[in-house]
Parts: sequence; C-alpha cells; structure tokens
Amino acid sequence: MSLPPLVLIVDDVDHGREICAEYLEFRGFRVATAVDGQEALDKAFALIPDVILMDLSLPVIDGWEATRRLKKDERTKEIPVIALTAHALASAHDRAMEAGCDSVVTKPCLPRDLEAEVRRQLGAHERES
Amino acid sequence: MGRVVQVKPRTAPVRRPGADVGPRLELAEALLAEREPRPCAALALRWLVRHAGVERGLCVVADPDSGRLTGLSGIGVAASAVEGFSLDLEDTTHPLVVALAGAEPVAFHSSGHALLRPFETPLGAVSFHAVPLSRGSRPGDSGGELGPGLLLLAGSDDGPVHEGVFWAAELLGVRLTSLWYDRVQVDERRHKRERGWLLEIINAVTDPILLTDADGRILIANAGAETLLTADEGNSEGRRRAVALNNMLFSASLFTAAEGNEPTRKELLLVDPTEGQDLLFEVLSSPVKARAGETGAVSVLRDVTDLRRASEQIEENYRKLRAAEVEARAERDRLDLILNSVLDPILVTDPAGNIVLMNPPAERMFTVARGRRNADAERRVRANDAVFTSFVSNVYAGQSLRWRGELSLLDPETGNAVPMEAISGKVVTKHGEDTAIVTILHDLTEAVEKAQLYEQIKRHSEELREKVREATAELADQNELLRRQAFELEQASALKSQFLANVSHELRTPLNAIIGYTHLMLEGVSGELTTGQRDKLNRVDSNARHLLAIINDLLDITRIESGKMPIQVERVLLSELIDEVMAEVEPLIARTKLAVTRALAPHVPEIRTDRQKVKQIVLNLLSNALKFTPQGSVAIAIDADASLEEIAVAVADTGIGISEDNQRTIFEAFGQTDGSYAKRHGGTGLGLSICRRLATILGGRISLQSRPGEGSTFTLYLPRRAR
Repeated sequence: MSLPPLVLIVDDVDHGREICAEYLEFRGFRVATAVDGQEALDKAFALIPDVILMDLSLPVIDGWEATRRLKKDERTKEIPVIALTAHALASAHDRAMEAGCDSVVTKPCLPRDLEAEVRRQLGAHERES
Repeated sequence: MGRVVQVKPRTAPVRRPGADVGPRLELAEALLAEREPRPCAALALRWLVRHAGVERGLCVVADPDSGRLTGLSGIGVAASAVEGFSLDLEDTTHPLVVALAGAEPVAFHSSGHALLRPFETPLGAVSFHAVPLSRGSRPGDSGGELGPGLLLLAGSDDGPVHEGVFWAAELLGVRLTSLWYDRVQVDERRHKRERGWLLEIINAVTDPILLTDADGRILIANAGAETLLTADEGNSEGRRRAVALNNMLFSASLFTAAEGNEPTRKELLLVDPTEGQDLLFEVLSSPVKARAGETGAVSVLRDVTDLRRASEQIEENYRKLRAAEVEARAERDRLDLILNSVLDPILVTDPAGNIVLMNPPAERMFTVARGRRNADAERRVRANDAVFTSFVSNVYAGQSLRWRGELSLLDPETGNAVPMEAISGKVVTKHGEDTAIVTILHDLTEAVEKAQLYEQIKRHSEELREKVREATAELADQNELLRRQAFELEQASALKSQFLANVSHELRTPLNAIIGYTHLMLEGVSGELTTGQRDKLNRVDSNARHLLAIINDLLDITRIESGKMPIQVERVLLSELIDEVMAEVEPLIARTKLAVTRALAPHVPEIRTDRQKVKQIVLNLLSNALKFTPQGSVAIAIDADASLEEIAVAVADTGIGISEDNQRTIFEAFGQTDGSYAKRHGGTGLGLSICRRLATILGGRISLQSRPGEGSTFTLYLPRRAR
C-alpha cells in the first residue's frame, strides 16, 4: 500500500493555503505548503511532491519563474504544476502555460473542483509514466 | 449674130494672076510697113472692102497660147463683137475649126442644110465665106494642121470668091505668121534669159523653194530643195531613204495644204539627208495657177529648227523666271505676313539710319496716320524717331551684333509713356559690311503692370501664407492637444482596464476565501452541520457565486470595450455546438417541466467563427429562455438559407415576454426588465449586453421578437465567415 499523493500548495495568502490544505487533507491527500516561490522550489526539490498547486503572484520568486525553474530541473520537471490564480484575464493564463504550468485554475474556485483537477493531473501523469 | 450653115462654094475660086497688080502691091507694101498683127488685119479688111466686093468682114486668129480662135479685127461689125469672138480650137467638129484646118475657102449660108451644126458669127445671119489665111513658112513649125487664122467675109452677092480675097488671105497670112514668128523668137530668148535669172535667184535663196503641180510632182526645185528632196543612184542608201521619207512627208503636207486658194503656213519635220538630224521647217505654200488652167503650188521651206530651239529655250527661261518670281513673291508675302502678324513693332534701318521697313505696330509708333493732321502726334512721332535713331546709331557704332536696350517712347495717339524693350540685330554681309539693322520693340507697359500685379499678388500671397501658417500653427496646437488628450484617454482607458483587472483580482481573493470556507463547511470538513446551518451556508455560497458572475461579466465587458477580447476563429459545426450547450444546461432543464426541442435545417454548413464566444452567446440565450419561461416550451432552431451569407440560431420560448419599452433597453448593461425577477433567477443583468457585444465583434447581430405574456424569440445571426 503506497502513500497518498503529496500535494505542494504554494500561496502567500494564509486563507488560500488553509482552504486548499484543509480540504485536500480531508479528502485524503498528503499536503505540504510554501508561502513564496523560493520556499516552493526548496520544498519541491526536497520533497518531490506528486503535484504542485502554484499561486502566480508570489513574493521573492513569483509563480511563473518558480514554475519555469521547476520545469527546467531534472528532478522536478515531471511534476504536474497547476496554476491557481485570481487573475481572470486570458493573458495571465497564457503566461502561465508558457511558463510550463500543466493547467490553470481561476480563483475563486470550489474546493471540490480543485480536487477534481488535482486528480485529473495525477491520472494524466500516471498514464504518461 | 446670124445663124449660118456651111455650104460648098457654088464655084471653084478662079485665080487670075496679073490682074489688079497695082492694088495688090499697095496691100503688100502696107502690110510690110505694119509691125503689129491687129493693124495688119484692119488694113487687109479695108483693102478687101475696096477691092474685092466685101461688105463686112472679120479676121480671127488661132492663139496657140490660149488654144482659142479669137477675133483680131473686124469691118462692118461692132468692135465688141470682134472682142467677144472666141472659139475653142479643141472643138474639132466646129465648122470654123474644120475650115481652119483646110486650105480652101468654105461657104456658109444663113439657111438650108440641116446636116450641119448651126453656129453664130458676129456677121449676123448672112451667108459668108470662111477663107483660111496662108500659113506662110517658118522654121520649126511643127503644128501644121491649123492655119494662122480665117477671114470671115460677107459680100453683097453670093457669087464666087473674088480673086482679091485669095490674094489678101495670102499676104495677110504670111505677114501675120512672120510677125508672130518674130515675136515668138523674141519671147523665147527673153524667157530663157529670165528663167536663168529666176533659177539663179531661187538657188541663191538658201531656203528650199519648190513648184509643184496639182499632183504634188516637183516641177521646179532650187538647190536647197534638191538637197532635201532629190537623190540619185550615186548617193548613199541612207540619204536615199531620207530623201524618200522627206518626199513622202512633204507630199502629205502639200496634200493637206492644197485645199483652198489662200496661202497656207504649217510646220513640217524633215530629216537632214546628210547629217541625219531632224529639221523643223515652216512651209509657206501658195497656190498658183499655171497657164491653161493648171494649178499647183509654190512652197518655201524655212528652217526653223534653231529658231524653235531658241524659242523653247526662251520659253523655258521665261517659265523659270516666272517660277522664281512667284517663289520670291510667296516668300515675300510670307515674310510680310509674319511681320504683320507680330504684335511687337519691327523696324529695319539702313546704315544711314533711315527706316526702310516697318510693320503696322511700328507704323503706329513712328508715323502719323495719313489724312489726320495732329500736331501733338507729329511731335511725339518726331520724339520717338529721335530716340530710336539715337539707339540705332549706337548699335551701328558698336561692335556687337546684338543689342538690347530700353527706350522711352510716347504713344502718338494718347501721349502716354510707353516703355519699350528694344532688341536689335545687325544684318552683316559675308564681307562683314553692315547692311541693315533689324529692331524688335517690345512694349514693357504690360510687363510693368504685370510686375506690379505680381508684387500685389505676392503680397496677398504672403499675407495668405501668413494666415495659413497661423492657422496651421493653431491646428498643430489643437492637434497636439488632441493627441495629448487621445494619449491621456488611451492611458486612462488602459488604466481603467488595469484598474478593473486589479479590482477583479483583489475581489476574487476574498471571494475565494468566502466560497472556499463555505464549501469546506458544506463538505463537512469541520464536522456535521445542522439543516439550518447548511441552508444559511448555501445562501452565502449562492450570493458569493452571484458576485463572482458579476465580476466576470464586468471583466468581459471591459475587455470587449477596450478591444482586448481575443478572437480565435476556427471551423465550427453549429449542430455539435448546440449539442454541447444542451448538455451543459441539462441539469437546468431537468429542474423545469419545460419541453425543450431543437430543430436544425437539413444541411447546416460549417462556419468559421470563435467557438467559445458563440457557445457563450447561445448558452446565455438558452439559459435566459429557461429562466424566464415558467411553463410551456423552449425551442432552439438553426436556419441556414443557402442563398444567404448568414446562419440564424433562434431561441424561442413561451415565457413571460418583454414589453416594447423594455425591448429597447434589454441589451444595455443591467437592462433586465424586472430586477426582482432577475435576482430571483440569479442573473447578473449583463448577459444580453455581453451577448450583443460578442455577436458584433464576430460580425453578427442579435434580434429580438417578443410579446409580453406570450414569449420571446432571440435570434443570433452569424456570418459564414467571422470578420
């Protein structure tokens, strides 16, 4: 019996992190959190999560840059990154996809919908590997 | 004259020699004393009256020159009768001609024999004797048949012929013959001499002269004519042929000239038999009457070959001269025309300074109109002349061939000053002598006026340009202002968009917390909830989502209005798209008891448009229809008329409908008809506004047909190709 998937949640807003973490743990995922891009990179390299929920507007290193670095690194480039953003404009989405995100979810979103997206990415990843 | 017939004399004449010797000697001596025939005949006749019983008598003689028997002298007959007697000697049957041929007297009676032809004599109707005159003897007399003449003698009786008659006929005949012979001898010699002279004369004439008979045969030809028209065996073949040709030509010419009695003059082209060249002659032919009624012609040929050549040369020269003259005249006329058509005065002056040629405009300046005595005009003309002469003399004195100057002249008529520009050119011979000066004057008045006008126009133009410049500057300022304003507006617009985007972001973050926590609780993350708690949390959730919808719609409108709504055109099959929309609203349909139908035209073609936008519109329209239809049905239909460039998607419901007033505002933002109703159904009030805007940016439109209480039909028209 393997461990539940580990989700790294990156968000500088406390309640944003909390809602995701609480709901995903409730739904049986393992959860790790980071408050900025640098921490996200550190934890990603250290923990090698199964999926990363990445807010884009972040201090220190923003989400786009963090994602680019993750996708460049051999250790982390296979990890699905789901961008989670309150930016509703298409340009923000496009930039996220360009940076290497695998999908984009616009905030606000229902926790239920977020879980569905996480599972979808994990499924896709499993099918690929 | 009496009519007589010839009879035999009743008796033979009796000759009695020795009788009347005295009178006979007298007659002989008298006859010898006479030198002319006529007095001889008269003498003999008178003697016969005296000595031989003759009452009336007539002496007739044969004239060989005229070939007639004519009266010579008569006695007892009228002189006119003697003169009028004439008998043709060729009439050999005439009794008198017969008598003339005989040697014996013949007696004629006034009546009797009808066998003989009657004839008339000057003697009247009396009996008479015709006594032949003796022939005498003369050397070389060839004729012989006819005697020299007859004595026609009528006596008082019809007795035998008196012996004296024989005697007189003998003596008179001998004497007349002798006289005639002498005369012939003299004439012959004279003729010979004269003929010789004539020949010398005509031969001395270099022009060919010919006498031809009626048949054109040459009777006499001078040396010149012989050269042209005669040749013999000794001459060359060429010459003989030339001569033959000349004869032919000459005869032909003569033949045509022979008609009429007037001299004719014509030209004849002959060949020089010696040289072979053509010679042109002028032939002057005069008809002549030769003796005994023969006709002929004398022709004088004048060689006009050289004359003709000379005359042709003269004509040619004259023609050339004429042509040259005509050309010169035309040239002069052209020059005159040119000179006269030039409006500027043109003058030609000789080296002495005299004006030798002027065109009319020059005449106007330098002459006084004829017949108009005007002291002022004359004075002005003199002044002009002085000015011009001075200018021209300077030109002559100068070295340059062309001169330019300005002359102040006066208009002779008005006295106005006329500033003139003068351009002079020297006409120089090839030896370098000045022969004339041609001067063209140009009235500068107009130029001066033009210059003033130009200055005026320039000034106005400057003013205008200044005004334009000012206006332009003002415009530029305004443009700058506008540009700045536009820039500011653009910036403001961008700021607005940015502001809205930021607002959206900042609103979403707390909204995310509200929705998120609400759902955490509703999902039971924080433990089980009571029904009351669950209901209240659902209300929170519902309102939070409504707020989110409003925020999203506002964002859409902002993007559309700022032109930042991206359009992605692709191939869209509307039937599929409608299936998708139906699937999405399936939960909504399930909650109602409405009959939802779809009707598609048989062949709906693919269109090129933005799939997401069309879907958004149709979804909105269908959602609205479901929301605002309490009962009945909702029908979605696609109508694709092949002939139209549009495809229509109609959503018809049997809902509450929209009043006419509201139909006008329904597409405006927050234009929902009934706020309370809308809120009840969770609309943002922005949906139709966005739909219409989206349809517009896709090149389509949305129309509405509705009656309150009966239902509404919204129709989306889309072009087959989005713009």
